[in-house]
Amino acid sequence: MTGPVRLAGLTLASPVLVASGCGGTGRELAGYAPLSTYGAFVTRTITLTARPGGPAPRVLESPAGLLHATGLPNPGLTAFCATELPALVQAGARVVVSVAGESVAEVAEVVSGLARTSGVSAVELALSLPDAEVAGVRTPREPFATTRLVEAAVAQLPPGVPLLAKIWPDPVRAPEHARAAVEGGAAAVVVGGAQPAAFPDGRHAGLSGPAVAPLALRAVAEVVKSLDLAGLRADVVGCGGIATVADARAHLDAGAVAVAVGSALLTDPTAAARIAEGLAVPERPAPEKPAPEHAAPEHVAPEQAEHPAPEHRTQEDPA
Amino acid sequence: MSPEPTRPAGPVHVLAEVLAGKRIGAFSHLTLAAPGVGERHRPGSFVAVSVGAPGERTRLARRAFWIHQVRALGGHAATVSLVVDPVGPGSRWLAGLSRGDRVEVTGPLGGRAFALPKEPVPVVLVGEGAHSAPLFALAERLRERDCPVHLLLGAADEAHLLSALEARRIARTVTVATLDGSVGVKGPTAALLPDVLRRSGAAVVYAAGPVPLLHAVARAAEDHGAWSQVALGVPTPCATGLCHGCPVPVVGEDGVGRTVRACAEGPVLRGDRVRWDDLSVPGDAS
Ligand SMILES: Cc1cc2nc3c(=O)[nH]c(=O)nc-3n(C[C@H](O)[C@H](O)[C@H](O)COP(=O)(O)OP(=O)(O)OC[C@H]3O[C@@H](n4cnc5c(N)ncnc54)[C@H](O)[C@@H]3O)c2cc1C
Ligand SMILES: Cc1cc2nc3c(=O)[nH]c(=O)nc-3n(C[C@H](O)[C@H](O)[C@H](O)COP(=O)(O)O)c2cc1C
Ligand code: FES
Repeated sequence: MTGPVRLAGLTLASPVLVASGCGGTGRELAGYAPLSTYGAFVTRTITLTARPGGPAPRVLESPAGLLHATGLPNPGLTAFCATELPALVQAGARVVVSVAGESVAEVAEVVSGLARTSGVSAVELALSLPDAEVAGVRTPREPFATTRLVEAAVAQLPPGVPLLAKIWPDPVRAPEHARAAVEGGAAAVVVGGAQPAAFPDGRHAGLSGPAVAPLALRAVAEVVKSLDLAGLRADVVGCGGIATVADARAHLDAGAVAVAVGSALLTDPTAAARIAEGLAVPERPAPEKPAPEHAAPEHVAPEQAEHPAPEHRTQEDPA
Repeated sequence: MSPEPTRPAGPVHVLAEVLAGKRIGAFSHLTLAAPGVGERHRPGSFVAVSVGAPGERTRLARRAFWIHQVRALGGHAATVSLVVDPVGPGSRWLAGLSRGDRVEVTGPLGGRAFALPKEPVPVVLVGEGAHSAPLFALAERLRERDCPVHLLLGAADEAHLLSALEARRIARTVTVATLDGSVGVKGPTAALLPDVLRRSGAAVVYAAGPVPLLHAVARAAEDHGAWSQVALGVPTPCATGLCHGCPVPVVGEDGVGRTVRACAEGPVLRGDRVRWDDLSVPGDAS
């Protein structure tokens, strides 16, 4: 049974986070379940100045995956802090703001802006954006660059506002980037974001969804082991292709303290709430048949459709 | 437990049951029991369909379909019907469903449906193929407001023409164009626009269809001095406003160019607000 969890010094209501870029502005997602259902809402990546985003198509299907290169559409730091952030807080979200920048100095400037704004529970530094080149932001290839970016960001943050470093999901190189991030002061590492990939026309894109799930699980396990061996203390958030309660449990079993659910929300906007609800229920012995959530239409059964709020769920839960 | 809740505004995600699937011409007409979807529907809102069964799903982008009709049927207060043109893997899967099958549906979606005029002015409704689906419920609403309704329906051929018979029941005039001339005037729908606008004296033009038709409608409306409201059928990977994958370049009220999400800020936009030349059309859109 998974109730509230501690992540990077914060107490979160659930180990299930909404992954960056997959929850809209928050307003759209709030229609399906209150944002307080989630451990945290990670915003799409915010930059210093507004970006219109890249050309269409931005999101394409590939087998069991989604390719995406959005070009980081966002209103820029100031407008975000003035409009979207207060709305998220008011909607009951624990807000983690994802940030990126064109340079170390710009990243520091964005983070310092957030540090002066109330309502930011944590900052997630996007160090692994597969379409970074298109979006015109820096993502480090070498661990020393990861350390430098993390240090610059952490230096701006007041105590109590932790930095989460979202590193490349490559299972071979994730451990060294994780260590580099923690050495730079990151309180947690987010492991298993979108894999570097390409659209059919060759444009850089990220690959997400069930197609990358096994890679993500391996990366999480490697990072947990490596931090342990190095004697580094930091929490790990697992991410990548998580679509069911069983997927989330696999990440928690591998040593992650929380999971971020991304593209599953794009196919089913109730996916993360459903996983959070599933994790809150005591684990039963492994079923012999496929995990219930695979076949389980009851999560979206018509009778429950009118009751997306967790209050209803808790009342309906056999305690 | 609690009293009947006041009608919530937001969309719901439900496992819908197919009550009926009927082939009419090239299209499959599906009637769904999707509790909570039909009740909240307004003309121009749509549903997003997840392709395939949960757990076996390999196509993850969602497919949007206009809500064609909402009506009480059997024990269901508000069934939802869709008109599916089977053109690719997702729509073919959906079109192949039959009575008793289940499908995950989210709806009703869209931040802006068709806006109705305050005065009983003449209106023209333009649709092409299955995209004509939202126009019939719209026509009913407009008629309730005493707006003289003129319909212009287009299609590749007769098999792809939606309910011209039903159209005659609700509209004052119906004009039909098919590319092959199998019914109505032979030629593209857009070619008939200037004439229909002039004859009807339309103050507002409503349209649903592929981007090139909508662009033509926006232009013809402007020439004619009418407002246009166009329902965009651009690809919507999530259809729920979450992914920012459905960009539409527009000009804001302030005259400043910006990009909006078709699914969240649309799908109905004012034709004169869309920057048509910057809107990329999927390779084989039609
Ligand atoms: C608001 C809206 C309402 C729609 N209503 C209807 C309707 O009532 N009836 C109907 O038959 N179809 C409708 N469509 C189109 C429908 O959503 C699908 O795009 C279409 O059925 C093709 O999907 P597919 O998987 O069969 O084909 P594919 O071509 O294989 O589609 C593959 C992918 O490309 C996307 N795509 C490619 N071209 C387009 C395009 N021109 N428009 C949208 N998406 C595209 C699809 O969404 C999907 O992700 C609507 C689209 C939108 C956006
Ligand atoms: C449409 C889309 C947009 C995304 N935008 C961002 C982003 O702005 N910043 C970021 O760090 N990750 C972004 N991601 C990556 C997700 O946060 C997540 O790490 C990744 O998709 C893997 O998880 P998933 O398989 O559950 O989606 C995006 C993913 C998708 C599908
Ligand atoms: S399709 Fe995802 S935001 Fe519109």
